[in-house]
Amino acid sequence: MSKAKAATEGRRSFSERNRLSGGYLLKKTAGSIMIKILRFVLIFGLCFMILEPIVNKFCVSIMTEKDLYDTTINILPRHLTTGNYAVVTELMNFWEALFNSLWIALAVSIVQIAACTLTGYGFARFKFPLKKFWFACVILIILIPPQTIASPLYLHFRFFDIFGLFEAITGTPINLRGSVLPYFFMSAGCMGLKDGLYIFLVRQFFRGIPKELEEAAYVDGCGTLRTFIKIMLPDAKPILTSCFLFSFVWQWTDSFYSALFLGGKKLLSTGLASLADNFSNYMQVTYQRAGQTSEALLQQMNATGVLLVVTPIILLYLVAQKGFVESLSSTGIKM
Amino acid sequence: MAKEKKNKTKMSLAGRRAIFGYLFILPFLLGFLLFMAKPLIQSLIMSFSDVNVGANGFDLTYAGLKNYERALTIDPNFNIMLVDEISKMILNSLATIIFSFFIALLLNQKFKGRAFVRAVFFLPVIFSSGVIVGLEYNNTLLAGMKQMIEESSTSGIADTLETILANSDLGDGLIETIITLVNSVYDIAIASGIQIIIFLSALQTIPKSMYEAADIEGCTKWESLWKITFPMISSMFLVNWIYTIIDFFMKSDNQVIQQVQAEVTRNLDFGYGSALSWIYFGIVIVWIGISSLIISRVVYYYE
Repeated sequence: MSKAKAATEGRRSFSERNRLSGGYLLKKTAGSIMIKILRFVLIFGLCFMILEPIVNKFCVSIMTEKDLYDTTINILPRHLTTGNYAVVTELMNFWEALFNSLWIALAVSIVQIAACTLTGYGFARFKFPLKKFWFACVILIILIPPQTIASPLYLHFRFFDIFGLFEAITGTPINLRGSVLPYFFMSAGCMGLKDGLYIFLVRQFFRGIPKELEEAAYVDGCGTLRTFIKIMLPDAKPILTSCFLFSFVWQWTDSFYSALFLGGKKLLSTGLASLADNFSNYMQVTYQRAGQTSEALLQQMNATGVLLVVTPIILLYLVAQKGFVESLSSTGIKM
Repeated sequence: MAKEKKNKTKMSLAGRRAIFGYLFILPFLLGFLLFMAKPLIQSLIMSFSDVNVGANGFDLTYAGLKNYERALTIDPNFNIMLVDEISKMILNSLATIIFSFFIALLLNQKFKGRAFVRAVFFLPVIFSSGVIVGLEYNNTLLAGMKQMIEESSTSGIADTLETILANSDLGDGLIETIITLVNSVYDIAIASGIQIIIFLSALQTIPKSMYEAADIEGCTKWESLWKITFPMISSMFLVNWIYTIIDFFMKSDNQVIQQVQAEVTRNLDFGYGSALSWIYFGIVIVWIGISSLIISRVVYYYE
């Protein structure tokens, strides 16, 4: 009976169904179409706003120099070339720098996130004396610009020592500058770039997970550390993915700490920062062009360099995004 | 003896949790004490003294509150700058938070090409970081072009809007605020990349079953936004709020920061420079404290 009714309902025309519902159907359909259009316009506009400068950069990067000074060319180049990429790749030592950047950014962000996750969990779930004070310090470390502590840190690592131990044994403190170690120490101590933010994020996330979950584990005889690893960590996948992404990106493009601690290493970020100077030198040496290289040409090289540096992270994001979406279904269980 | 042992285990339940807590935050404690505490204290001491750069480093002589007095009562620009930056910060962080929440809600809906749009909204995170932002900031060619375009185009949409609004009955202050916000929509969109992702990841942890239950009970979308979505992401709201303030506070085109850098690098006046930054710092901390106290009251935790 009901099946037959449903079948006839399917065959009824839209106007009839609308009449039956007292105009409700029309209102609802019109409303949802309106929302769709509005959403489309909004998203399209914002995407355009974000993408426009990048598309512009891309077009500039594949132009020949002649097109750069041609006032009739707005965006699309007339003479295509990949020469800019070849030059920039060579000037930045792209492949070597890519390899260095990749392993350093990967290692540093893993160390950072591991340290921050532990700390964040500590702040979220345990009661201990001076907790409020230490948490205020967490906020403080996001607040302090790295420039403020740069010179003391430099000296700190130039004459590195733990309570005078090394000086007592070998006679001189160790010079840790130029090696990657200090940077790893700082990351492991949650003092890397914006680590306070990750601690805060992780803490807020863990505070949002019901306590009963842990209590059940404790009752079943699971230890504190094991509960953390087996029960809490798997739940935190989405927040850890975003923290990892942030930290990777910031590490990838950071030139401040990199120049300070990893001065000798060729990295993409430091390569990009000095690209313009290197290019002027290159022009002077190879083409014997006297005087300054034109601003437009330098900007063209910068645009090319930026695209080269950014492409690997975008690829990474596309991979990580899958993790985002996948974690969606798995976290639903926790209620 | 046995009694004592029993007593000890009883006491140590809370104590053991406290020890575990300290063990968990140990990385942070070590890092903070080893790397951060010393420079911080040094800079605080500097702000209370006259600093002379001598042959063997810094010479500090205690000067009391002199630097602070100079900043607040003698320096003609600093107070104006401070008020200007703080009011800009409050306005922009509000706009950023609302914008990013709205965009995150939008991106959390199902529509065609969602993965692509999400990737696009991740781009600002990359383009507002590290060297890249420095390159953009120093892009004199682009700046020159922008200026030329602004000078040559007198009847843009924003200008037309401005005349329309100016003729309406709304207050002058309100109109100005709206216009500055509309003009800075690009900056806001670029600045809110991180906030959008944080909101998005928070939105994705809300179980779908909650909305379904609410839907069955006859809850409208609007009601479930305020009764489900908002409480569930309120903890991330707090993070975002604080982060937005800090992000704005640290921007390199910030007048106060520029002033501090000028004092330190050009005039080599480290004492005065650090006093300026500590004043700014103090105000921002107070503002973060007050606003997060207010927000914390509505933040919902499972506790």
